[in-house]
Amino acid sequence: MNKIGNQTIMFSNPPYILETSSIVGPKEAEGPLAKYFDQCLEDEFWGEKTWEKAESKIIKENSNAVISKSGIPATDIDYCFAGDLLNQCISSSFGLREINIPFFGIFGACSTFVEGMSLGSVFIDSGAAKKVLCATSSHFCSAEKQFRFPLELGNQRPPSAQWTVTGSGAAILSNDNIGKECPRITYITPGKIIDMGVKDANNMGAAMAPAALDTLVTHFRDTGRKPSFYDAIITGDLGYIGKEILIEMAETKGYNIKKNYNDCGVLIFDKEKQDTHAGGSGCGCVGSVFSGYLYKMLNEHKLNRILLIATGALMNSTSSQQGESIPGIAHAIAIENL
Amino acid sequence: MKKIETKQEYLDYVDQKSPNSPILKNCFNAFWVGGLICSIGQIIFDFCKYKGFDDTSCSTIVSIILIGLAALLTALNIFNKIGKFAGAGSLVPITGFANSIVSPAIEYKSEGYVMGVGGKMFTVAGPVLVYGISTSIIVGIIATFFV
Amino acid sequence: MEFIQSIDWMQLLRCFVVGGIICIIGQILIDKTKLTSARILVIFVTTGVILGALGIYKYIIDFAGCGATVPLLGFGANLAKGAITEVQTSGLLGAFIGGVKASAGGIAAAIFFGYIASLIAKPKIKKQ
Repeated sequence: MNKIGNQTIMFSNPPYILETSSIVGPKEAEGPLAKYFDQCLEDEFWGEKTWEKAESKIIKENSNAVISKSGIPATDIDYCFAGDLLNQCISSSFGLREINIPFFGIFGACSTFVEGMSLGSVFIDSGAAKKVLCATSSHFCSAEKQFRFPLELGNQRPPSAQWTVTGSGAAILSNDNIGKECPRITYITPGKIIDMGVKDANNMGAAMAPAALDTLVTHFRDTGRKPSFYDAIITGDLGYIGKEILIEMAETKGYNIKKNYNDCGVLIFDKEKQDTHAGGSGCGCVGSVFSGYLYKMLNEHKLNRILLIATGALMNSTSSQQGESIPGIAHAIAIENL
Repeated sequence: MKKIETKQEYLDYVDQKSPNSPILKNCFNAFWVGGLICSIGQIIFDFCKYKGFDDTSCSTIVSIILIGLAALLTALNIFNKIGKFAGAGSLVPITGFANSIVSPAIEYKSEGYVMGVGGKMFTVAGPVLVYGISTSIIVGIIATFFV
Repeated sequence: MEFIQSIDWMQLLRCFVVGGIICIIGQILIDKTKLTSARILVIFVTTGVILGALGIYKYIIDFAGCGATVPLLGFGANLAKGAITEVQTSGLLGAFIGGVKASAGGIAAAIFFGYIASLIAKPKIKKQ
């Protein structure tokens, strides 16, 4: 493992993504990716009394699901990295309080899943861990309640607003593949905080796109790779507006990503039928789309090399009330079938 | 497309990239839903008057009934759909004020009846009372000089 | 029914049109300024108090009836009217009593129905 270029890490023994699991809510289950998710919920409460409890249950059940799918005992997992959007990451810490695995609570807003996988990979390639669990979650209702308005308020969502995904993604990283064929994490490019002054909390895609651009360009410069090297370049939750901004701005920097680029927030919903405006967002967006859809594509060799860039908006409701702009972040990982 | 160097250039570019709200359609919906709510109020008003109440009582009864209806529709999870369709059409009439009190009361029930329902009830509508009542007191104080 | 025959349809039409136009003003504010709904409600009620205090709003009420009283502008105008009327009978004290007294029915109803609604309703997701 060594650092190359400005901010990329190349792994000498790339960690395997042993198994993934995904749970999504009912709206996501009506979307175009429904058949790829492991479990679809019928209602947002999932038998719990509050949205927060429901979100904790989602990340808890998904973490248990990925462990049992992988076939390795929970006691063999050395560490877990998890985070979410609620204040002080309570979904993760409440959801995983009974899991009995040393826990790192992390916050990278909607980029948390890839942040966790990046840190987990470093732990594994350094020899500090053999198996690592990475998990994340978000819930439309708990996020609306915390960041916006009560659900019953009769307000209109502007066309640039994004829809927080109810769902969770979880993955187990490992230093050996226990005889299975699985994709590996070859490079990580942790991103810098980039703030281009966007203040509109209803236009997150535009706030995060510059961070995604910075990480994308840095990744190509550090590794010497070109966009065409990857079968797919996938961002986390830029949505329709952010996606278009990223394509155009990457072009001005000399990178044409039009052909193989897409965004999880664009993929997860049907914009016309589901009335989700600019697309999906939230930790669970990239989490569930990677764990559900992309991981299966990699396993079936329909995709062999992907660059996953999870984006996050590092703000809270206080900062936006105080009129602060929204800093963005983006972390990239290269995942390949070697 | 030319290169973006400064924050201002980026913000201008974002403005141009972001879709506008369908303002004509929104205004049309706001117009007829808002007009309809006021007309329902007018019919209630006329009915009260017909029953022999004075103007002030009629107005108060109209407010109470419309607020009650808005609270009921909010509780039944219908008001947010009307609001999504009508925008200001259901927000600007007294129904919007009622909805903004009832919706946090329901949402924060999970935090308990005292600090949840009781405390959060005014998170959206509180400012309306603060500014409305404060301005009216200032108006009253000024009026004392003219009496 | 006698009541239906007594309805003044022209009055109802004026009510519909004026109420609708006031809502259009609100809609333009929402779409053009990105103000949150709380701010829009504050703008409307404060404007209503000022228009009421200046004596302008009563002409709109005379013309449109509930088309002017049901929107929050009317709520504001009513606060101002209450304060001014009360000042005339009980002086400075009236400035503090009048506004709330005039709109007490609406405020109390909103609080009471809000509380009742929270007892019976459970938060639900918007389907769309």
